[in-house]
Amino acid sequence: MTANPASTGLSRSLIRDRSWNFFMDVIVFAVLFASVYSIIAVARYWFSAPVAAVQISLSPAALPRYAFYSLVRMIVAYLLSLVFAIGYGYFAAYHRRLEAPMLALLDILQSIPVLSFLPGVMLAMVSLFPSRQLGVEFGSILLIFTGQVWNMAFSFYASLKALPRELMEASRVYRFGRVQRFLQLELPQGAIGLVWNSMVSVAGGWFFLMACEMFVLGKRDFRLPGLGSYLQSAASAGDSTAISWGIAAMIGVVVLIDQLVWRPAIAWSDKFKLEQVDSSSAHSSPVLNLLRKSPLLGRLRAGISTPLMERLYSSSARHAPETKTDLSNPQKLFAVLAGILALLLILLGVFQGLLVLKAITRADIVITLESAGATFLRVVAALVIASAWTIPAGVAIGFNPRLARIAQPLAQIAASVPATALFPVLLLGLISLGGGLNTGSILLMLLGTQWYILFNVIAGAIAIPSEFREVADIFHFSRVERWRTVILPAIFPYLVTGLVTASGGAWNASIVAEYFHFKGQVLSTFGLGAEISSATDAGNFAVLLLSTIVMATLVVSVNRLVWRPLYRRAETRYRLEA
Amino acid sequence: MPEPLIEARQVEKFYDQPSDNRIQVIAPLDLAVYPGEILTLLGPSGSGKSTLLRILTGLSDASAGQVLWHGSPINGPCENVSIVFQSFALFPWLTVLENVEAPLKARGVSPEGRFARSLRMLDSVGLDGFESAYPKELSGGMKQRVGFARALVVEPEVLFMDEPFSALDVLTAENLRSELLELWEDKKMPTRAVFIVTHNIEEAVLLGDRIVVLGKNPGRIRTDFRVDLPRPRDRKHPRFNKIVDYIYQVLTKPDGDPALTLSGPATDVKTKYPMLPHARTGGIAGFLEILADHNGREDVYRMADLLSFEIDDLLPIVEGAALLGFVKVSEGDVEITPAGVEFTNAPILRQKELFRNAALEHVALLKQIKRALESKSDHTLPDDFFHDILDEHFTEEETLRQLETAINWGRYAELFDHDAERKRFFIPEETASVPQDVEVGTET
Repeated sequence: MTANPASTGLSRSLIRDRSWNFFMDVIVFAVLFASVYSIIAVARYWFSAPVAAVQISLSPAALPRYAFYSLVRMIVAYLLSLVFAIGYGYFAAYHRRLEAPMLALLDILQSIPVLSFLPGVMLAMVSLFPSRQLGVEFGSILLIFTGQVWNMAFSFYASLKALPRELMEASRVYRFGRVQRFLQLELPQGAIGLVWNSMVSVAGGWFFLMACEMFVLGKRDFRLPGLGSYLQSAASAGDSTAISWGIAAMIGVVVLIDQLVWRPAIAWSDKFKLEQVDSSSAHSSPVLNLLRKSPLLGRLRAGISTPLMERLYSSSARHAPETKTDLSNPQKLFAVLAGILALLLILLGVFQGLLVLKAITRADIVITLESAGATFLRVVAALVIASAWTIPAGVAIGFNPRLARIAQPLAQIAASVPATALFPVLLLGLISLGGGLNTGSILLMLLGTQWYILFNVIAGAIAIPSEFREVADIFHFSRVERWRTVILPAIFPYLVTGLVTASGGAWNASIVAEYFHFKGQVLSTFGLGAEISSATDAGNFAVLLLSTIVMATLVVSVNRLVWRPLYRRAETRYRLEA
Repeated sequence: MPEPLIEARQVEKFYDQPSDNRIQVIAPLDLAVYPGEILTLLGPSGSGKSTLLRILTGLSDASAGQVLWHGSPINGPCENVSIVFQSFALFPWLTVLENVEAPLKARGVSPEGRFARSLRMLDSVGLDGFESAYPKELSGGMKQRVGFARALVVEPEVLFMDEPFSALDVLTAENLRSELLELWEDKKMPTRAVFIVTHNIEEAVLLGDRIVVLGKNPGRIRTDFRVDLPRPRDRKHPRFNKIVDYIYQVLTKPDGDPALTLSGPATDVKTKYPMLPHARTGGIAGFLEILADHNGREDVYRMADLLSFEIDDLLPIVEGAALLGFVKVSEGDVEITPAGVEFTNAPILRQKELFRNAALEHVALLKQIKRALESKSDHTLPDDFFHDILDEHFTEEETLRQLETAINWGRYAELFDHDAERKRFFIPEETASVPQDVEVGTET
């Protein structure tokens, strides 16, 4: 490009623009280079001989390496979750006969805490790759995966089900092939839901990182190099400097990912909004803008990804056109056989499970049920306490735009910090105050779940039309009247959404909140979460299975009996309609 | 007669019910689309026009009968047709250009060919310069232009349009209609026939070489005729008005009148469960007042024009008033009856009484609900009870609308009330002894 000498102002701005892009290219290049190096480093580590329990160094200098390993685990687990979620959602949405059982299964899987998957996953992986570190690593990754994937799958399923009919018809009448339909219709439709649920999922992954990287399984001790095990080792050793370094590193990584990945992703996914009118409240991300300007990325796109996509489209176009797919006889036979096989496998699983459960004594059942009651009460207490402060605070923030501008980003950062990282600090405080884990675990649950309620209440308060508040002002409503007739009904749907998420989170958090390795000893309190954790530690599969079944049953039935009716009520009676 | 492009033979659509009753949406009908014509398909809501369009394009299957494309039966969406949708159905995440390119991509056209053809099409619908805009940045009219461009870029043999102008404002719609005609007359589009579904009578007469009018319950062809007016057509032309008037007559004529069915088998309609027209009580009252102001007699077409209503809005009101015995319809005219005059002149409480009496006399569903409620000692019944009675006769959607209308009428007439949250019908305790000075809040 030749600069026009007549307009120096213009040419100067051109130069600046160019140097910026060059700068961006350097960064993009550096990122690519670093990724290649990382892949090599990780590969070398994964294929080394297995060391189940690494010695964790508590020196801050080791932190970058640990953070890197944890990050790689999170990324691999997340990518797995994404692929699985899309596949599962797709299948459930389009297979009429399998839809209902697949959804029910999702409901149950969602209610099973991470630790309950631990023994099965870990033992399977270690025996699959007995001579490589890969086995242990992959086990840990699959654990993180089990904590992330279900809500993403559900989100993708729900967006497929919400596809507008006329868009579907357009894609049929214009004879889109399967690839084109997926890339131009289904994936874009699911994008926003996937991005938001990915954020929630990854946050959950950080929350359980400590549990997923370092654990005892019967007589075997598993310890993988990573941030989670660093924090846990520091807590066990009671080394408060190491704890603070660990927390700082974790917060740093989480905030960085938030800025570099999620904010740009949200801004980018704005274009997938299914609206026909331009809305004013668009998200923006400077990082995304810079990426869009990078000439290197542009060239990569033009040179590699565009031609590749063309190949994909044209090959799918060739064998596309849709005709009615009546299952041919061999296909039908195959489906039936697969169904029978699946049924047999399930029966076998149930049978094996029953065999394991034979070891259960009456006393075990009593203890499990009692501990379920104890945890239930804790979850309720956590929800009540959380509501007690987040509802007034959320409404105050929502009603006051200036306060909202300050408080919302702060709360977002606070929420993105995995609460488990703070547990050691809190425990130190609790112990010095003389409180036990009995009430302490409520505090720990709170830490993880109150944000869901707060954010939803803020959103609800912002959505209250100002006319409602003006009515309350004009008729001089008392404070009680104001809350009863205006505020609470108006935020009700949002509150229910927040409470549902928070209650699920609290149940899951109980397994880390009720049982903790600290200063070389085990701190625990009576509860279902502690039951599951200690059963895992002791390798007591019978109790683990029993308590998992109890927890899943409890969570699913609370969902069905309490939250779903409330949800329906929120949708019908308390919806703000134009 | 040339060979038809698409032909429906004894095509019908019905939903099987658990009991022997089946819900007939479209009665068996024959319809052929010939090359060189613009066919407009008119009908009141619930006559199955959109369903028929989807059957003809192969998007949805007929319950019985056959659709032939160039003489051979179709299996799945037709090979070379396009649809312009009422809601535009543009992909919001693709730019204007990408939207138009998408169907070409599906056919495996090379990137260069795609680009050139799409640009040419965008030019011809007047959208040059908008290639990289997203649909949400465009006005409704522009969006529908993109819809046209996308439909025409694949050079379809038959262009289907499903109420293409009804989401647009009057001026934009007029403008787009004339541009469509221009493209067609100047042979700027390779399309051999156009099939337009509409509920706007004037639009049908403005555009159609041939007009097919559907009746409802079940959907069937009431009339099928050619329009011999020269183009461009003038709304003031007496012949134009005559055709519009004729269509109104067909639409307001009671079902099954053989005098007007020029073609198509008048399938004999079994005695059906009487359907409540979807009119609000306030609408009926307002209509009667205006009619009374016009000396009690007026052309339905003129009334629609006067109120700038389309037939979908006006016909249910006319039907409702007729059902209650407040008006009489003949030859496309509505005339107020003495009962109607009494109703318009009465004070509000007396109006309710007149309405109640008329409703109990003429409206089977309301009578049935009231009797059922009275037979219960606590005077209340769940929605499901009536739902089950109705869904023997109507589709799920129609059943819900029937109940909704019944609730509206029943409340106005103070026959019964409904609790939406508990989903129950009930007779309020005080109804029997409402003091005369209490104004019961009603919804119109």
